[in-house]
Amino acid sequence: MAYVAVSGGEEAIEESIALLKYYRSGSKKDLELETIQNKMALLVDKVMSEAGLYSKEYAALALKQCEGSTEEAVFLLRAYRSTLKRTYYTNIVNTKDMRIIRRISAAFKDIQGGQILGATYDYTHRLIDFDLEHEDAAALYEESEKKLAEETPEKVHFCNRVSDGLKEEGLIDTFEENNEAPFDVTENLLEFPSPRSARLQTLTRADTGFISGLAYSVLRGFGQVHPTVGELRTGYVELEIPYLLDNEESIYIGEILITEVEAFNQADDKDQLKLACGYGAVYGRNENKAIAMAVIDRELDHGGDYPTQSDEFVLMHGDCLEMNGFISHLKLPHYVTFQSKLDAVRKTRRKDNE
Amino acid sequence: MNKNYNYAFLDEGSKREIRRSILKAVAIPGYQVPFGSRELPIGRGWGTGGIQITLSLIGPEDTLKVIDQGSDDSVNAVNIKKFVRLCTDVPTTTDTREASIIQTRHRVPEIPMKNDQILVLQVPIPEPLRIVEPREEVTKKMHAEKDYAPIWLQLYESLIKYKKITIGTEYPCMVENRYIMNPSPIPKFDNPKLNDSQCLYLFGAGREKKIYAIPPHTKVTSLAFDDVPFEKESFKGKKCRLCGNENTYLDEMFDSDTGEKHYQCSDTSYCKEVRMKCH
Repeated sequence: MAYVAVSGGEEAIEESIALLKYYRSGSKKDLELETIQNKMALLVDKVMSEAGLYSKEYAALALKQCEGSTEEAVFLLRAYRSTLKRTYYTNIVNTKDMRIIRRISAAFKDIQGGQILGATYDYTHRLIDFDLEHEDAAALYEESEKKLAEETPEKVHFCNRVSDGLKEEGLIDTFEENNEAPFDVTENLLEFPSPRSARLQTLTRADTGFISGLAYSVLRGFGQVHPTVGELRTGYVELEIPYLLDNEESIYIGEILITEVEAFNQADDKDQLKLACGYGAVYGRNENKAIAMAVIDRELDHGGDYPTQSDEFVLMHGDCLEMNGFISHLKLPHYVTFQSKLDAVRKTRRKDNE
Repeated sequence: MNKNYNYAFLDEGSKREIRRSILKAVAIPGYQVPFGSRELPIGRGWGTGGIQITLSLIGPEDTLKVIDQGSDDSVNAVNIKKFVRLCTDVPTTTDTREASIIQTRHRVPEIPMKNDQILVLQVPIPEPLRIVEPREEVTKKMHAEKDYAPIWLQLYESLIKYKKITIGTEYPCMVENRYIMNPSPIPKFDNPKLNDSQCLYLFGAGREKKIYAIPPHTKVTSLAFDDVPFEKESFKGKKCRLCGNENTYLDEMFDSDTGEKHYQCSDTSYCKEVRMKCH
């Protein structure tokens, strides 16, 4: 009768949790938070992005607590997040002021401000490096630090977006800045048709695998097919909150690393063509997620019959917590409901036999 | 009680917001009130709507009972109780009469509840029209316009095809002749208990971010045709092997040793009470 609705549930749970601890114990070596945070940085970025909480320390802690499961780590951060009071809202961040560490365009060879390849796995050969089995981590770190110290820092220069030029030319529509307060899906029920701010917030917190798969379906033909990455930039943006005693002033509270993408599509404009732009922005170095987000943003704006063009379909099914929560609930006992189902099936069959 | 977290886990602002949604739900019986569902340390789909209602209402004077599939000892019920205890210190009970708040999944207790009690039901899919229309945008309009033809048609089609209405649990009800409501996955057996009851029923769907209510003495009718009356699950000729009751909802069980099939009350605390009285 396993985990049946018979007494004994409490002890079973206690033992199950004890067993998890055993699994997590693994070996004698501790997994230090500093190690997770710095050497599993992309995993940390992914967890922060899906959780909608920017904290490398807590993301690392959450990953340690759950044997490295992304969905469990996201779960822990989200639950923690709902206990926090919202004391401030930051001022609007203009990503033109980003301190860029990587910037590429698949649309133009030469872009104003230049392309910066930065760090990418794109051009590595994916060969397992067996030397890493016995690496001198301290020596590697010191060597990297030494190299960094020898460099002369370049002056930070801010770059306009690639799309700015196309907007000037009239190839992409120009809109007035919309600075009304965004619809916050963490505090309100998302309603349809959804406002764009709600779409973007939902997409940036979405499960990476889910939106990547959706974007892939667009590229394969279930959508407008092949967009061009006009610009992908990764870098640091500064966050400020308003200073209560003086509206003109603001207080700097820190910087966060984000990846931002603009993807271009062809679009109809009466009897001629124009370009339309999809937008993606996510926490950390999450490039494919940012691109997928830009692709889907554009599909939702375009509308149509494909799944990626329906806001309700896309936005209701991509939340890591919601999808995994509901899927995992199938493991709960359903004795009463199944009994009722059985009753209905038996009744119809009895009728048939009469 | 874990002092690292606020009383009843959620911050006071969130609890107040949820209580406001509950008040609105009570004012419009059967109407699904949207609310800003918070994320909890328990999985979405595991009763987070019900838990948020419970957390927002609970105070030091309350006594809590949690049941899952009628059972106080089921893993999920135990887990929810453990969580509420962790952040409130509220006493828990298995006695239906003793509790001021009862949170439940898939059952309404066999003992009729009183006017100082609240039954909080966990709801996976609050929308009764979801079976005929997948889009929220459309079902919302259907409710507004009281356009319930598609669901009636579905019941009718089921009759034509199987000579029976084949819905098991989640059998739709009409509330005060206005809103069609999903009673949550309680069996049809429990549907009549919703009508003209003494207690307040609150329904919480955490993942779908909806709260709805049936206040005391509300008219709740299970959908049926004049010539084909509503029919509950039948356990004719069967009784509980422990307490001998013939009028309760029964779980079907197999004895793995003998291969025999037998029946047992799904409401474990009621079953226990009947047995105590007999002895």
